Amino acid sequence: MIGASVKRKEDGRFLTGRGKYTDDITLPGQLHAAFVRSPYAHAKIRAVDASAARAMPGVRAVFTGADLKAGGVNPIPVGWLHAGINVAEHHAMAVDAARYVGEAVAVVLADSAATARDAAEAVAVDYEELAAVVSAVDALRAGAPQVHGNAAGNVAFTWQLGDAAGTDAAIKGAKTVVRQHLGNQRLIPNAIEPRACLASFDAANDELTLYVTSQNPHVHRLIMGAFVLGIPEQRFRVVAPDVGGGFGSKIFIYPEEVVACWASKQVGAPVKWTATRSEAFLSDSHGRDHETEVEMAFDAAGKIVGLRVHTVANMGAHFTLFAPAVPTYLYGTLLSGQYDIPVIHVSVTAAYTNTVPVDAYRGAGRPEATYVLERTLDIAAGTLGVDPAELRRRNFIAPTKFPYQTAVALQYDSGNYAPALDKALGMVGYAQLRAEQAAARAKGRYIGIGLSSYIEACGLAPSHVVGSLGAQAGLYESGAVRVHPTGKVTVLTGSHSHGQGHETTFAQIVAHELGCALDDVEVVHGDTAKIPFGMGSYGSRSGAVGGSALFMSIQKVKEKGRRIAAHQLEAAVEDVDFKDGTYFVKGAPGKQKGFGEIALAAYLAHNIPGDMEPGLDSTSFFNPSNFVYPFGTHIAVVEVDPATGHVALTKYVAVDDFGNVINPMIVDGQLHGGIAQGVAQALWEGGVYDGNGQLLTGSMMTYALPKAHFLPMVESDRTVTPSPINPLGVKGAGEAGTIASTAATANAVLDALAPFGITHLDMPLTPAKIWAAIQTARGGH
Amino acid sequence: MTQITITVNGKAETRDVEPRTLLVHFLREELRLTGTHVGCDTSQCGACTVHLDGRAVKSCTVLAVQADGGAVTTIEGMARGEVMHPLQAAFKEEHGLQCGFCTPGMIMSAADLLARTPQPTEAEIRGALEGNLCRCTGYQNIVRAVQTAARTMAKA
Ligand code: FES
Ligand code: FES
Repeated sequence: MIGASVKRKEDGRFLTGRGKYTDDITLPGQLHAAFVRSPYAHAKIRAVDASAARAMPGVRAVFTGADLKAGGVNPIPVGWLHAGINVAEHHAMAVDAARYVGEAVAVVLADSAATARDAAEAVAVDYEELAAVVSAVDALRAGAPQVHGNAAGNVAFTWQLGDAAGTDAAIKGAKTVVRQHLGNQRLIPNAIEPRACLASFDAANDELTLYVTSQNPHVHRLIMGAFVLGIPEQRFRVVAPDVGGGFGSKIFIYPEEVVACWASKQVGAPVKWTATRSEAFLSDSHGRDHETEVEMAFDAAGKIVGLRVHTVANMGAHFTLFAPAVPTYLYGTLLSGQYDIPVIHVSVTAAYTNTVPVDAYRGAGRPEATYVLERTLDIAAGTLGVDPAELRRRNFIAPTKFPYQTAVALQYDSGNYAPALDKALGMVGYAQLRAEQAAARAKGRYIGIGLSSYIEACGLAPSHVVGSLGAQAGLYESGAVRVHPTGKVTVLTGSHSHGQGHETTFAQIVAHELGCALDDVEVVHGDTAKIPFGMGSYGSRSGAVGGSALFMSIQKVKEKGRRIAAHQLEAAVEDVDFKDGTYFVKGAPGKQKGFGEIALAAYLAHNIPGDMEPGLDSTSFFNPSNFVYPFGTHIAVVEVDPATGHVALTKYVAVDDFGNVINPMIVDGQLHGGIAQGVAQALWEGGVYDGNGQLLTGSMMTYALPKAHFLPMVESDRTVTPSPINPLGVKGAGEAGTIASTAATANAVLDALAPFGITHLDMPLTPAKIWAAIQTARGGH
Repeated sequence: MTQITITVNGKAETRDVEPRTLLVHFLREELRLTGTHVGCDTSQCGACTVHLDGRAVKSCTVLAVQADGGAVTTIEGMARGEVMHPLQAAFKEEHGLQCGFCTPGMIMSAADLLARTPQPTEAEIRGALEGNLCRCTGYQNIVRAVQTAARTMAKA
């Protein structure tokens, strides 16, 4: 069952329109919330006049940031703290000043969503516009407008890792040094389901229930209950029902959710809010937004002898939950990639700006690191006159060197990189493709081939490690197995599926281990009232961490069953084995008990060992000892039309090592979606602000999400190096596609443009940008 | 308020609606047919796609009053009892959905395509789905699902 492309159990409800997403839930008497949002990137709030709004029929209440503060609502905390970090208070609604366009300033509650929106427009806010700063580089300049009083020079934090002096010496002594400025533009996540919440306070029982688009309902409950709202956890239920995609953007504790919870108690009615897409652009945490200087030093043999990276990271106006970890521990630690690099130094300056907060978005730091390495390697290949595939191969960590300690803190437990590269080169027909490229160039056609040999650290995360690095919580996972007297099984997992298919893959693990039918297993997730605890799903952790917790519980259940079977079969426990759902005495055919019989016996308790408690269930927490390290090589092939600058992605090959795979069909699906998102960063997507802090790409009309006809069929294959750190031998597959594909695609485009003498362009590589670069190169403009 | 009657999934539904009510809100809120989703406010995402008088429309872009007297099919009306429509079956078979949020709209758009072009090429499928955004699948298995459904429907 493990390793089979089982069709998904959850599909039936989604395919027939019976999915239950947050906005599909309606409670009697619910009010609808609409937020008044700042039209200015930076403005002092002098006064809020809600009298006209309050007077409108159907309006029940209006609250401001000051009301919330006076009502005892605490600022939203940060989940990751570095030494010396400047944390500015992040209130759910602006109290004294608004710091980005879209920041919530007040909320209207009304009988209908339309009335609430109408009334929100009638709330008069007296703003005093202040100077704003949008780019992180500008924010760090002397004299820049100050976003927060307690972050001088807009420095949110500085961070570094590695050997500064050693790297400096290596660069000074190197034969060749490749230097490049690399921009990694802001992205806007755009899960197709907009964020939504429905909070319902039950005064009779003093209990709060929150339905919310969350990737991690227990984290929501913990932070909102214990830190923001002061609600005891045992009286606070958070339900993340069906969730329509997350990609990181539904990890965080958002203002609207805090406001809905608090307001429900104030008005004594359920409060519902669903983002419009326009609001999503202005209020979902964004991703990426780095400016990087990289220096990669080589010896005469083309071996990397040192790497220095300095990055300025834009954090937006506030820290959201994971933000400080993203451009640091999820980024700097990945800068060794698949390569044997003796010394590395990375320094990061993170700046506050008057923009939407920036946090984890699919890949979170790792795509940025991969882009820095893989893009620079391609530029270096050009400089050194070495084929890009050959340059990578020369620098791979040799298979004999594992476990490999990188110069940036991580210890890779396993890996063998050349086979994945070779497989990808073979699939794409590399040698022949290079010949075709040369022939095409002679005819004025511009084909480009781009490689990306990536590694990622995922399966977040060893709790002691992240704790020592500033995480305010451990990143283990829980998994409970409840065997019913009939032998049917309920699984309770702290992981959360918002498209990943846990209801199927986790059932596969159980069915495989217990020898039962897939339909005899029900997987429950997303409800704090049902599941003991959990850290949720992000960082490609569900299988590696949540699946492992589940596996542990299954083993405990199996072992207890074995003792019951031994007791009933009058055999020694060691003589009893379990296979395909049956306990049997070794060497005594016929002496056996089915798992269902044993489950019943465990609950009847008429005939179990005397020292045994009745029942058959188990809860386990898996705390990984290390990250898992998926890796692989992706190759993109493009053709650029020099007359228009248009890029056609004509072929895409992916070879990945995800360790053991539970459901190949689902893993391929994750890969396809991830690749689409990564390609989109290279070619189309980009969050753009004007100088005043207005988001110019604030809708699906102006922000270029990939469409079906933008993409080719991905050809994928795998190598299999099981992870040694979890019992399933699995790694994570949710982010790899995104991590690899941005660099592969950008490299392909720049490879196509090489005949024009163009060595680098920043993403997104839009037709306008490419056309202009070609014109400049031709001396036309 | 205006009184309208729309035949939805074969059943005539008469309601009083505000003139500004969108068809999608009529379906979701008045009729509680929540399989039709809202993913944007600029008519880009296609999550709201339904059939109106036999053609795919974005129900966020049609006023309920415009559909007065018309016949609407939503995702809830695609299966025949417990038997899924070939497109629904093919989406499951080919793993054409992950989070499922875009799925109803995808299926309704694809059904419209197959009604007009029973054996579409890959390029025709991709082109026909231009107005439907999916953030999860990279479209690959959606395209395969439509190809599979086209084959099943040809045999039927
Ligand atoms: S809701 Fe997006 S197109 Fe209708
Ligand atoms: S399956 Fe999630 S948006 Fe398409």
